[in-house]
Amino acid sequence: MTEGRALRAVVALALMGGVVLPILAGFAQTARAAFGVLPAIGAVDWSFEPWRQLMDLPGFGTSLRLSLATGLGSTVLALGLAAGFCALLHGRMGHGAMGRLLMPFLAAPHAALAIGLAFLLAPSGWIARMVSPVLTGWDRPPDLATVNDGWGVALMVGLLIKEVPFLLLVMGSALGQLPVRAHLAAGRALGYARGVVWVKVILPQVYPLIRLPIFIVLAFSLSVVDMAIILGPSNPPTLAVAIVRWFSAPDVGLILPASAAALLQAGVVAAAVGGWILGERVACHVGRWWLRRGGRGHGAEPGLWAASAVVAGLMGLGALALVALLVWSFSWRWSFPQALPQSWSMKLWMTPGSGWGRALQATVVIGVAATVASLVLAVAWLEGEDRARRGRAGWAQALIYLPLLVPQIGFLYGLNVLFLTIGISGGMLAVIWAQMLFVFPYVMIALSDPWRALDPQHLRAAAALGAGPWRRLWAVKLPMLVRPLMVAAAIGFAVSVAQYLPTLFMGAGRIATLTTEAVTLASGSDRRVVGVYAVLQAGLPFLAYGAALLVPAIVYRNRRGLLGGAV
Amino acid sequence: MSLELQEVGVGPKGGPPLFAAITLRVEPGEVATLMGPSGIGKSTLLDAIGGHLAHGFVVAGAVRLNGRDVLALPAEARRIGVLFQDAMLFPHLSVGDNLAFGLAPSVRGAARRVAVEAALDQAGLAGFAARDPATLSGGQRARAALMRALLAEPEALLLDEPFSRLDAELRAEIRAFVFDHLRQRGIPALMVTHDASDADAAGGVVVQL
Repeated sequence: MTEGRALRAVVALALMGGVVLPILAGFAQTARAAFGVLPAIGAVDWSFEPWRQLMDLPGFGTSLRLSLATGLGSTVLALGLAAGFCALLHGRMGHGAMGRLLMPFLAAPHAALAIGLAFLLAPSGWIARMVSPVLTGWDRPPDLATVNDGWGVALMVGLLIKEVPFLLLVMGSALGQLPVRAHLAAGRALGYARGVVWVKVILPQVYPLIRLPIFIVLAFSLSVVDMAIILGPSNPPTLAVAIVRWFSAPDVGLILPASAAALLQAGVVAAAVGGWILGERVACHVGRWWLRRGGRGHGAEPGLWAASAVVAGLMGLGALALVALLVWSFSWRWSFPQALPQSWSMKLWMTPGSGWGRALQATVVIGVAATVASLVLAVAWLEGEDRARRGRAGWAQALIYLPLLVPQIGFLYGLNVLFLTIGISGGMLAVIWAQMLFVFPYVMIALSDPWRALDPQHLRAAAALGAGPWRRLWAVKLPMLVRPLMVAAAIGFAVSVAQYLPTLFMGAGRIATLTTEAVTLASGSDRRVVGVYAVLQAGLPFLAYGAALLVPAIVYRNRRGLLGGAV
Repeated sequence: MSLELQEVGVGPKGGPPLFAAITLRVEPGEVATLMGPSGIGKSTLLDAIGGHLAHGFVVAGAVRLNGRDVLALPAEARRIGVLFQDAMLFPHLSVGDNLAFGLAPSVRGAARRVAVEAALDQAGLAGFAARDPATLSGGQRARAALMRALLAEPEALLLDEPFSRLDAELRAEIRAFVFDHLRQRGIPALMVTHDASDADAAGGVVVQL
């Protein structure tokens, strides 16, 4: 008991000192600057001047509107599409098949997917090349804004390709906890069509279970930076991108209004989540009124088919985008209306010295370090819970999710200012630590359920044989959990590889990973070079997932009891 | 109103049927009983009649309800109610809303509330409309489930071991409650059970699978 308490205390202290305090300190720093105080640039007087400057910055209003429209729009659409897809295919598609279908979209980093999508959709992109000149008559790229469009449509498509599979994953596991088949039968026996039972009976029960992931999606889409740089409107961009631009502008005078905007970004996310909760209330009332009317509505099925068709279309687009990256990275000569390159080359792949070698190395080192450290912390936390024989308190759960719910830009810049003053900015350690803020929550989420599902009888048997708590951990728990541990590690590694802002800000521009390089190069550089970076960026998570499946399969090739179950 | 099964067999797609084909006629207000060892496919047969067969199973033969063949219809269009082993009250709705869920949409406005109140009253659950179904006892849940099924005005009812979770005393009481309602309304019913006392109380045809 006491040992459990000690372990828990250590983990709690590590998280307070490593996660909560830095985030609060970063916010405090940003808030100070937002109200005129940033001694580093000689600003020492409290004032509302930065806010006034912010209002006057060109495009500010449009940026704010764009962020709200793309963020809220993509979240609502993603939820609706995922729900429709689930309603149609749950129970008709095996759990394993669904997992394999979603895996590539979950693993591919936002930036790589966005670059591939830009390669696909641009006026000179692959789709235009495939249908030209036969269908379109174009022999030159047309003058159309199919990416970076002023409405943010391309950005929303990109967000949907990442968010729909994520919501499908969490819906799938939520549905696993409900008696879906029985409730479907009960509803249909009362005369309700299948699709209507989904909307009226199943979804209201699923929703509370996936509420937190929805908030994460909402917060993320409102403040996404890398994808918005690549696919979003460019002038003016979304608010988050505008803030990054202002922060990194040569004119240091922009730092104060940028800080005000960063604080506003946090406010936007908070307001959107608040608005969403109000929307839930309204939907609950309207839904109840609608339910009580008892309409059997035989017409929901076409809606489900339409949603599923859109989801299939998005997945097709996403898959093609990843292929486009590969094709471009190996192409040599490829002039416009040709559907495929006229000549291929390995040249770019043979010259790691051109820059991608170092970026790859930095990405792997940071990824492995952040993943291993997060995994150790997660195991320590879960073991602490076990030894104290206590479940997770609400505050602890909130602590884990905190970094995923607050916008990165709100505290990262302020934190970097803080690090500069104590002289630890710009190093590998600072970047690794900043990435852990986002790696640890995902590792924890991935590991918690399998950890708790471990049959306690095995541990009682081990204890009865005289094994103490440490031996039970090393000799029973961890070996039995190799598979989920590997999966959690792969997820953590994928999250690390995908990080953009933490690397950019905490690396102070001195540390280049595949992601920061790919995003920087994405606008206007040679597509073949960008293709190499993006393929590597997308390839690393795939390798990690592959290893996560392979390692337990090899280690336990003669242990059937440990091989079953889907990812 | 009568429920007719003609040479009905169920089995996995492409595989052998689970049991010899069944022919049976259940008259209005009669409760016929299906008995047999576990795993023989009694519940699967009920699933087939109600339209709830799992993916990968097929049904052969014909099921007629008041003369119309229902096998080609989707479950919701068959007008065949089901009482499950668990009451299957929807946990996100109040007890009253669960009953309203069964009520036909043609009953509108204030009449809906009146109909629900009346049904609750008949089930000895007057004043329970706003309650969370999770707070009901097993017997209360079973009665609420029957009322919900009856409000949908089914032309036949399937009983899938609906009494097996109840203790002996409650079992007799709920069973009598269900059978009385079925007789009163002249609804043909088909019951699956492991308990011979259920079959005796039903008093209808008994089919051994």
